[in-house]
Amino acid sequence: MTTLIRSIAVGAALFAAGAVMLERARAGSDEFFPPVTDPLTRQECGSCHMAFPPGLLPARSWQKMMGELDNHFGEDASVDAATAKQITTYLVAHAADSTGYGDMRRWLRGVPASAAPQRITELPKWVREHREVSPREWTRKEIASKANCVACHVDGERGYFEDD
Amino acid sequence: MQIRPRFLFLAALTMMSAAQAAQAAPRDDILAGYAAQAKAADAAFAGFSAARGEALHRDRHSGGKPDSPSCTSCHGENTRAAGRTPVGKAIEPVAVSVAPTRYTDAAKVEKWFRRNCREVLGRECTPREKGDWLAFMTTQ
Ligand code: HEC
Ligand code: HEC
Ligand code: HEC
Repeated sequence: MTTLIRSIAVGAALFAAGAVMLERARAGSDEFFPPVTDPLTRQECGSCHMAFPPGLLPARSWQKMMGELDNHFGEDASVDAATAKQITTYLVAHAADSTGYGDMRRWLRGVPASAAPQRITELPKWVREHREVSPREWTRKEIASKANCVACHVDGERGYFEDD
Repeated sequence: MQIRPRFLFLAALTMMSAAQAAQAAPRDDILAGYAAQAKAADAAFAGFSAARGEALHRDRHSGGKPDSPSCTSCHGENTRAAGRTPVGKAIEPVAVSVAPTRYTDAAKVEKWFRRNCREVLGRECTPREKGDWLAFMTTQ
Protein backbone atom coordinates (compact mmCIF):
# COMPACT_ATOMS: atom_id res chain seq x y z
CA MET A 1 0.00 0.00 0.00
CA THR A 2 2.68 2.45 1.01
CA THR A 3 4.65 1.61 -2.15
CA LEU A 4 1.58 2.42 -4.19
CA ILE A 5 1.22 5.77 -2.47
CA ARG A 6 4.91 6.38 -2.86
CA SER A 7 4.89 5.67 -6.56
CA ILE A 8 1.88 7.91 -7.02
CA ALA A 9 3.69 10.65 -5.15
CA VAL A 10 6.82 10.19 -7.23
CA GLY A 11 4.76 10.24 -10.42
CA ALA A 12 3.02 13.42 -9.36
CA ALA A 13 6.32 15.06 -8.48
CA LEU A 14 7.80 14.12 -11.85
CA PHE A 15 4.73 15.43 -13.59
CA ALA A 16 4.92 18.73 -11.68
CA ALA A 17 8.63 19.06 -12.49
CA GLY A 18 7.82 18.45 -16.13
CA ALA A 19 5.15 21.13 -16.06
CA VAL A 20 7.58 23.62 -14.51
CA MET A 21 10.18 22.81 -17.15
CA LEU A 22 7.63 23.25 -19.88
CA GLU A 23 6.62 26.60 -18.42
CA ARG A 24 10.27 27.64 -18.30
CA ALA A 25 10.86 26.56 -21.87
CA ARG A 26 7.88 28.51 -23.08
CA ALA A 27 8.78 31.52 -20.96
CA GLY A 28 12.24 31.52 -22.50
CA SER A 29 10.84 32.07 -25.98
CA ASP A 30 9.62 35.40 -27.32
CA GLU A 31 6.15 34.02 -27.78
CA PHE A 32 4.96 33.18 -24.30
CA PHE A 33 4.89 35.66 -21.44
CA PRO A 34 3.13 34.22 -18.38
CA PRO A 35 -0.03 36.27 -17.80
CA VAL A 36 -0.75 38.15 -14.57
CA THR A 37 -2.06 35.71 -11.97
CA ASP A 38 -2.33 38.09 -9.00
CA PRO A 39 -6.03 39.11 -8.76
CA LEU A 40 -5.25 42.57 -7.35
CA THR A 41 -2.83 43.36 -10.18
CA ARG A 42 -5.30 42.02 -12.74
CA GLN A 43 -7.99 44.24 -11.33
CA GLU A 44 -6.00 47.45 -10.89
CA CYS A 45 -3.84 47.18 -13.99
CA GLY A 46 -6.33 45.56 -16.32
CA SER A 47 -9.25 47.97 -16.62
CA CYS A 48 -7.82 50.56 -19.04
CA HIS A 49 -5.76 48.10 -21.10
CA MET A 50 -4.88 44.43 -20.79
CA ALA A 51 -2.96 43.58 -17.62
CA PHE A 52 0.47 43.44 -19.30
CA PRO A 53 2.50 40.34 -18.40
CA PRO A 54 5.21 41.44 -15.94
CA GLY A 55 7.87 39.62 -18.02
CA LEU A 56 7.57 42.31 -20.69
CA LEU A 57 9.59 44.85 -18.67
CA PRO A 58 12.56 44.72 -16.25
CA ALA A 59 12.03 45.16 -12.50
CA ARG A 60 13.45 48.70 -12.46
CA SER A 61 10.83 49.79 -15.00
CA TRP A 62 7.97 48.48 -12.87
CA GLN A 63 9.45 50.13 -9.78
CA LYS A 64 9.62 53.51 -11.51
CA MET A 65 6.12 53.18 -12.98
CA MET A 66 4.58 52.20 -9.66
CA GLY A 67 6.04 55.33 -8.06
CA GLU A 68 4.42 57.62 -10.64
CA LEU A 69 0.90 56.23 -11.02
CA ASP A 70 -0.72 59.63 -10.47
CA ASN A 71 0.69 60.63 -13.85
CA HIS A 72 0.60 57.39 -15.78
CA PHE A 73 1.00 58.27 -19.47
CA GLY A 74 -1.10 61.37 -18.76
CA GLU A 75 -3.75 59.49 -16.78
CA ASP A 76 -4.38 59.09 -13.09
CA ALA A 77 -3.94 55.40 -12.29
CA SER A 78 -3.09 55.94 -8.62
CA VAL A 79 -4.04 53.44 -5.94
CA ASP A 80 -3.62 53.50 -2.15
CA ALA A 81 -0.17 52.82 -0.71
CA ALA A 82 -0.88 49.26 0.47
CA THR A 83 -2.27 48.28 -2.94
CA ALA A 84 0.68 49.86 -4.73
CA LYS A 85 3.10 47.96 -2.52
CA GLN A 86 1.45 44.61 -3.19
CA ILE A 87 1.33 45.17 -6.95
CA THR A 88 4.96 46.34 -7.06
CA THR A 89 6.09 43.23 -5.20
CA TYR A 90 4.24 41.02 -7.68
CA LEU A 91 5.47 42.81 -10.83
CA VAL A 92 9.09 42.93 -9.63
CA ALA A 93 9.11 39.25 -8.68
CA HIS A 94 7.94 38.27 -12.18
CA ALA A 95 9.82 40.88 -14.22
CA ALA A 96 11.82 40.01 -17.35
CA ASP A 97 15.10 40.10 -15.41
CA SER A 98 13.85 38.24 -12.35
CA THR A 99 14.45 34.56 -11.93
CA GLY A 100 10.81 33.89 -11.08
CA TYR A 101 9.95 32.56 -14.52
CA GLY A 102 12.53 31.18 -16.93
CA ASP A 103 14.90 33.56 -18.59
CA MET A 104 13.40 36.46 -20.41
CA ARG A 105 16.51 38.60 -20.46
CA ARG A 106 16.69 38.11 -24.22
CA TRP A 107 13.59 40.23 -24.45
CA LEU A 108 15.63 43.10 -22.95
CA ARG A 109 18.42 43.00 -25.51
CA GLY A 110 19.53 46.53 -26.35
CA VAL A 111 18.13 48.10 -23.19
CA PRO A 112 20.91 49.87 -21.24
CA ALA A 113 21.21 48.70 -17.62
CA SER A 114 20.82 52.29 -16.48
CA ALA A 115 17.52 52.81 -18.33
CA ALA A 116 14.07 52.06 -16.91
CA PRO A 117 11.95 52.06 -20.08
CA GLN A 118 8.27 52.70 -19.41
CA ARG A 119 6.91 51.54 -22.71
CA ILE A 120 6.98 47.92 -23.83
CA THR A 121 6.29 49.27 -27.31
CA GLU A 122 9.59 51.19 -27.31
CA LEU A 123 11.84 48.24 -26.36
CA PRO A 124 14.28 47.49 -29.20
CA LYS A 125 13.02 43.88 -29.34
CA TRP A 126 9.37 44.92 -29.53
CA VAL A 127 10.15 47.40 -32.29
CA ARG A 128 12.09 44.73 -34.20
CA GLU A 129 9.33 42.14 -33.90
CA HIS A 130 6.83 44.67 -35.26
CA ARG A 131 8.85 46.30 -38.00
CA GLU A 132 6.99 44.32 -40.63
CA VAL A 133 3.59 45.48 -39.44
CA SER A 134 2.48 48.04 -42.01
CA PRO A 135 1.85 51.61 -40.86
CA ARG A 136 -1.72 51.30 -42.16
CA GLU A 137 -2.34 48.52 -39.67
CA TRP A 138 -1.58 50.75 -36.65
CA THR A 139 -4.10 53.37 -37.68
CA ARG A 140 -7.00 50.93 -38.02
CA LYS A 141 -9.83 52.06 -35.79
CA GLU A 142 -10.09 48.79 -33.83
CA ILE A 143 -6.42 49.01 -32.89
CA ALA A 144 -6.60 52.47 -31.21
CA SER A 145 -3.10 52.08 -29.76
CA LYS A 146 0.07 50.02 -30.09
CA ALA A 147 -0.56 49.09 -26.47
CA ASN A 148 -3.76 47.31 -27.51
CA CYS A 149 -1.85 44.04 -27.90
CA VAL A 150 -4.96 41.86 -27.83
CA ALA A 151 -6.39 43.54 -30.93
CA CYS A 152 -3.80 41.54 -32.90
CA HIS A 153 -2.65 38.87 -30.44
CA VAL A 154 -6.00 37.22 -29.76
CA ASP A 155 -4.47 34.92 -27.14
CA GLY A 156 -2.53 37.74 -25.48
CA GLU A 157 -4.62 37.56 -22.30
CA ARG A 158 -3.36 33.98 -21.93
CA GLY A 159 0.22 35.04 -22.53
CA TYR A 160 0.64 33.97 -26.16
CA PHE A 161 2.09 36.53 -28.56
CA GLU A 162 3.07 34.29 -31.44
CA ASP A 163 2.21 35.16 -35.01
CA ASP A 164 -1.59 35.04 -35.22
CA MET B 1 -46.19 15.20 -5.93
CA GLN B 2 -47.62 18.03 -7.97
CA ILE B 3 -45.49 21.11 -8.14
CA ARG B 4 -47.49 24.14 -9.00
CA PRO B 5 -45.74 26.10 -11.74
CA ARG B 6 -47.28 29.24 -10.27
CA PHE B 7 -45.56 28.58 -7.00
CA LEU B 8 -42.23 27.98 -8.72
CA PHE B 9 -42.64 31.17 -10.65
CA LEU B 10 -43.34 33.14 -7.49
CA ALA B 11 -40.40 31.52 -5.73
CA ALA B 12 -38.10 32.41 -8.63
CA LEU B 13 -39.43 35.93 -8.62
CA THR B 14 -38.81 36.32 -4.89
CA MET B 15 -35.30 34.95 -5.25
CA MET B 16 -34.58 37.29 -8.12
CA SER B 17 -35.79 40.36 -6.30
CA ALA B 18 -33.89 39.29 -3.20
CA ALA B 19 -30.70 39.14 -5.26
CA GLN B 20 -31.43 42.53 -6.75
CA ALA B 21 -32.23 43.95 -3.33
CA ALA B 22 -28.92 42.62 -2.04
CA GLN B 23 -27.18 44.76 -4.65
CA ALA B 24 -29.51 47.74 -4.28
CA ALA B 25 -28.67 48.05 -0.57
CA PRO B 26 -24.96 48.95 -0.92
CA ARG B 27 -25.85 51.21 -3.85
CA ASP B 28 -28.43 53.01 -1.68
CA ASP B 29 -25.81 53.39 1.04
CA ILE B 30 -23.41 54.98 -1.42
CA LEU B 31 -26.12 57.37 -2.60
CA ALA B 32 -27.10 58.19 1.00
CA GLY B 33 -23.45 59.01 1.73
CA TYR B 34 -23.29 61.43 -1.19
CA ALA B 35 -26.65 62.96 -0.14
CA ALA B 36 -25.33 63.65 3.36
CA GLN B 37 -22.21 65.29 1.90
CA ALA B 38 -24.29 67.34 -0.56
CA LYS B 39 -26.54 68.51 2.25
CA ALA B 40 -23.53 69.51 4.34
CA ALA B 41 -22.16 71.53 1.43
CA ASP B 42 -25.46 73.23 0.66
CA ALA B 43 -28.37 73.37 3.11
CA ALA B 44 -30.76 73.97 0.19
CA PHE B 45 -29.91 70.59 -1.36
CA ALA B 46 -33.23 68.94 -2.28
CA GLY B 47 -32.26 65.55 -3.66
CA PHE B 48 -30.50 64.16 -6.69
CA SER B 49 -31.72 64.61 -10.24
CA ALA B 50 -31.36 61.98 -12.95
CA ALA B 51 -31.85 64.74 -15.54
CA ARG B 52 -28.85 66.70 -14.22
CA GLY B 53 -26.93 63.43 -14.10
CA GLU B 54 -27.74 62.75 -17.74
CA ALA B 55 -26.51 66.21 -18.72
CA LEU B 56 -23.26 65.65 -16.81
CA HIS B 57 -22.86 62.33 -18.57
CA ARG B 58 -23.61 63.50 -22.11
CA ASP B 59 -22.36 67.11 -22.24
CA ARG B 60 -19.05 67.96 -23.79
CA HIS B 61 -16.99 69.70 -21.14
CA SER B 62 -13.84 71.75 -21.32
CA GLY B 63 -11.14 71.81 -18.70
CA GLY B 64 -10.21 68.16 -18.91
CA LYS B 65 -8.25 66.29 -21.54
CA PRO B 66 -9.10 67.31 -25.12
CA ASP B 67 -9.32 63.63 -26.18
CA SER B 68 -12.00 62.87 -23.60
CA PRO B 69 -14.37 65.85 -23.33
CA SER B 70 -17.32 63.73 -22.16
CA CYS B 71 -18.13 60.70 -20.04
CA THR B 72 -19.46 59.25 -23.28
CA SER B 73 -15.94 59.47 -24.80
CA CYS B 74 -15.24 56.17 -23.04
CA HIS B 75 -18.61 54.95 -21.79
CA GLY B 76 -20.31 55.48 -25.17
CA GLU B 77 -23.58 57.18 -26.15
CA ASN B 78 -25.68 54.17 -25.22
CA THR B 79 -25.55 53.50 -21.47
CA ARG B 80 -26.70 49.90 -22.03
CA ALA B 81 -23.91 49.09 -24.48
CA ALA B 82 -20.21 48.48 -23.88
CA GLY B 83 -17.81 51.41 -23.96
CA ARG B 84 -14.13 51.55 -24.89
CA THR B 85 -11.01 53.03 -23.29
CA PRO B 86 -8.53 55.14 -25.29
CA VAL B 87 -6.26 52.07 -25.41
CA GLY B 88 -9.09 50.10 -27.02
CA LYS B 89 -10.21 47.86 -24.16
CA ALA B 90 -13.94 47.24 -23.80
CA ILE B 91 -15.77 48.68 -20.76
CA GLU B 92 -18.89 46.94 -19.41
CA PRO B 93 -22.09 49.00 -19.84
CA VAL B 94 -22.81 51.57 -17.10
CA ALA B 95 -26.64 51.25 -16.93
CA VAL B 96 -27.73 49.48 -13.74
CA SER B 97 -30.43 47.55 -15.64
CA VAL B 98 -27.80 45.63 -17.59
CA ALA B 99 -24.96 45.80 -15.04
CA PRO B 100 -26.70 45.20 -11.70
CA THR B 101 -23.48 44.63 -9.76
CA ARG B 102 -22.16 48.10 -10.53
CA TYR B 103 -21.87 50.89 -7.93
CA THR B 104 -21.85 48.50 -5.00
CA ASP B 105 -18.24 49.00 -3.86
CA ALA B 106 -17.87 52.51 -2.43
CA ALA B 107 -14.07 52.62 -2.76
CA LYS B 108 -14.23 51.55 -6.41
CA VAL B 109 -16.91 54.13 -7.20
CA GLU B 110 -14.90 56.90 -5.51
CA LYS B 111 -11.68 55.89 -7.26
CA TRP B 112 -13.24 56.09 -10.71
CA PHE B 113 -15.16 59.31 -10.04
CA ARG B 114 -11.87 60.87 -8.98
CA ARG B 115 -9.99 59.65 -12.06
CA ASN B 116 -12.71 60.21 -14.61
CA CYS B 117 -13.97 63.60 -13.42
CA ARG B 118 -10.40 64.91 -13.55
CA GLU B 119 -10.02 63.39 -16.98
CA VAL B 120 -13.22 64.97 -18.34
CA LEU B 121 -13.77 68.11 -16.25
CA GLY B 122 -10.23 68.78 -15.09
CA ARG B 123 -11.45 68.71 -11.46
CA GLU B 124 -13.10 66.34 -9.01
CA CYS B 125 -16.88 65.99 -9.13
CA THR B 126 -18.94 67.37 -6.24
CA PRO B 127 -20.99 64.96 -4.10
CA ARG B 128 -24.13 66.33 -5.78
CA GLU B 129 -22.74 65.61 -9.25
CA LYS B 130 -21.78 62.08 -8.21
CA GLY B 131 -25.25 61.43 -6.80
CA ASP B 132 -26.94 62.91 -9.88
CA TRP B 133 -24.87 60.71 -12.17
CA LEU B 134 -25.61 57.58 -10.12
CA ALA B 135 -29.30 58.54 -10.03
CA PHE B 136 -29.26 58.72 -13.82
CA MET B 137 -27.59 55.32 -14.14
CA THR B 138 -30.12 53.66 -11.82
CA THR B 139 -32.91 54.83 -14.18
CA GLN B 140 -31.07 53.37 -17.16
C1 HEC C 1 -6.82 54.90 -15.69
C2 HEC C 1 -6.38 54.03 -16.76
C3 HEC C 1 -5.14 53.17 -16.52
C4 HEC C 1 -4.87 52.34 -15.46
C5 HEC C 1 -5.73 52.07 -14.24
C6 HEC C 1 -3.57 51.75 -15.74
N1 HEC C 1 -3.09 52.19 -16.94
FE1 HEC C 1 -1.34 51.61 -17.82
N2 HEC C 1 -1.71 52.90 -19.36
C7 HEC C 1 -2.83 53.72 -19.48
C8 HEC C 1 -2.69 54.53 -20.68
C9 HEC C 1 -3.70 55.56 -21.17
C10 HEC C 1 -1.47 54.16 -21.28
C11 HEC C 1 -0.87 54.69 -22.58
C12 HEC C 1 -1.35 53.83 -23.71
C13 HEC C 1 -1.10 54.40 -25.08
O1 HEC C 1 -0.10 55.06 -25.30
O2 HEC C 1 -1.93 54.14 -25.96
C14 HEC C 1 -0.89 53.12 -20.44
C15 HEC C 1 0.31 52.46 -20.72
C16 HEC C 1 0.88 51.48 -19.93
C17 HEC C 1 2.12 50.79 -20.26
C18 HEC C 1 2.96 51.00 -21.50
C19 HEC C 1 2.34 50.37 -22.71
C20 HEC C 1 3.20 50.58 -23.94
O3 HEC C 1 2.91 51.50 -24.72
O4 HEC C 1 4.16 49.83 -24.11
C21 HEC C 1 2.38 49.92 -19.23
C22 HEC C 1 3.54 48.97 -19.12
C23 HEC C 1 1.29 50.09 -18.26
N3 HEC C 1 0.40 51.03 -18.73
C24 HEC C 1 1.21 49.41 -17.06
C25 HEC C 1 0.21 49.61 -16.11
C26 HEC C 1 0.21 49.03 -14.79
C27 HEC C 1 1.30 48.15 -14.21
C28 HEC C 1 -0.94 49.43 -14.17
C29 HEC C 1 -1.43 49.11 -12.76
C30 HEC C 1 -0.63 49.63 -11.67
C31 HEC C 1 -1.67 50.29 -15.11
N4 HEC C 1 -0.94 50.37 -16.26
C32 HEC C 1 -2.91 50.87 -14.87
C33 HEC C 1 -3.89 53.76 -18.63
C34 HEC C 1 -4.01 53.08 -17.44
C1 HEC D 1 -1.30 45.87 -35.11
C2 HEC D 1 -1.22 44.56 -34.57
C3 HEC D 1 -0.30 44.31 -33.37
C4 HEC D 1 -0.32 44.91 -32.14
C5 HEC D 1 -1.28 46.01 -31.66
C6 HEC D 1 0.70 44.28 -31.34
N1 HEC D 1 1.34 43.32 -32.08
FE1 HEC D 1 2.82 42.08 -31.44
N2 HEC D 1 3.02 41.32 -33.29
C7 HEC D 1 2.19 41.62 -34.37
C8 HEC D 1 2.71 40.93 -35.55
C9 HEC D 1 2.10 40.98 -36.93
C10 HEC D 1 3.87 40.24 -35.12
C11 HEC D 1 4.82 39.44 -36.01
C12 HEC D 1 4.73 38.03 -35.77
C13 HEC D 1 5.86 37.32 -36.44
O1 HEC D 1 6.50 37.89 -37.31
O2 HEC D 1 6.07 36.19 -36.08
C14 HEC D 1 4.02 40.48 -33.70
C15 HEC D 1 5.02 39.92 -32.91
C16 HEC D 1 5.09 40.03 -31.52
C17 HEC D 1 6.00 39.29 -30.67
C18 HEC D 1 7.03 38.26 -31.11
C19 HEC D 1 6.35 36.94 -31.24
C20 HEC D 1 7.25 35.84 -31.78
O3 HEC D 1 6.71 35.01 -32.52
O4 HEC D 1 8.43 35.81 -31.46
C21 HEC D 1 5.72 39.66 -29.39
C22 HEC D 1 6.38 39.15 -28.12
C23 HEC D 1 4.68 40.66 -29.46
N3 HEC D 1 4.31 40.84 -30.76
C24 HEC D 1 4.15 41.31 -28.35
C25 HEC D 1 3.24 42.36 -28.44
C26 HEC D 1 2.82 43.14 -27.28
C27 HEC D 1 3.28 42.91 -25.87
C28 HEC D 1 1.94 44.07 -27.75
C29 HEC D 1 1.25 45.18 -26.95
C30 HEC D 1 2.10 45.98 -26.12
C31 HEC D 1 1.81 43.87 -29.19
N4 HEC D 1 2.62 42.83 -29.56
C32 HEC D 1 0.98 44.61 -30.03
C33 HEC D 1 1.11 42.44 -34.36
C34 HEC D 1 0.75 43.30 -33.32
C1 HEC E 1 -10.80 57.82 -20.35
C2 HEC E 1 -11.93 56.90 -20.33
C3 HEC E 1 -13.08 57.21 -19.36
C4 HEC E 1 -13.82 58.38 -19.28
C5 HEC E 1 -13.69 59.64 -20.13
C6 HEC E 1 -14.80 58.16 -18.25
N1 HEC E 1 -14.66 56.90 -17.71
FE1 HEC E 1 -15.72 56.14 -16.13
N2 HEC E 1 -14.60 54.41 -16.23
C7 HEC E 1 -13.60 54.16 -17.15
C8 HEC E 1 -13.00 52.87 -16.87
C9 HEC E 1 -11.86 52.20 -17.65
C10 HEC E 1 -13.68 52.35 -15.75
C11 HEC E 1 -13.40 51.04 -15.01
C12 HEC E 1 -13.82 49.84 -15.75
C13 HEC E 1 -15.14 49.34 -15.32
O1 HEC E 1 -15.62 49.66 -14.23
O2 HEC E 1 -15.72 48.57 -16.11
C14 HEC E 1 -14.69 53.36 -15.38
C15 HEC E 1 -15.55 53.23 -14.30
C16 HEC E 1 -16.37 54.23 -13.82
C17 HEC E 1 -17.11 54.17 -12.58
C18 HEC E 1 -17.10 52.99 -11.58
C19 HEC E 1 -18.13 51.96 -11.92
C20 HEC E 1 -18.36 50.92 -10.87
O3 HEC E 1 -18.71 49.81 -11.29
O4 HEC E 1 -18.18 51.16 -9.69
C21 HEC E 1 -17.77 55.35 -12.45
C22 HEC E 1 -18.65 55.80 -11.28
C23 HEC E 1 -17.46 56.16 -13.62
N3 HEC E 1 -16.61 55.44 -14.45
C24 HEC E 1 -17.95 57.43 -13.85
C25 HEC E 1 -17.56 58.24 -14.92
C26 HEC E 1 -18.02 59.61 -15.09
C27 HEC E 1 -18.99 60.35 -14.18
C28 HEC E 1 -17.42 60.09 -16.23
C29 HEC E 1 -17.52 61.49 -16.82
C30 HEC E 1 -17.29 62.60 -15.91
C31 HEC E 1 -16.56 59.01 -16.74
N4 HEC E 1 -16.69 57.91 -15.94
C32 HEC E 1 -15.73 59.13 -17.84
C33 HEC E 1 -13.18 55.00 -18.16
C34 HEC E 1 -13.63 56.29 -18.38
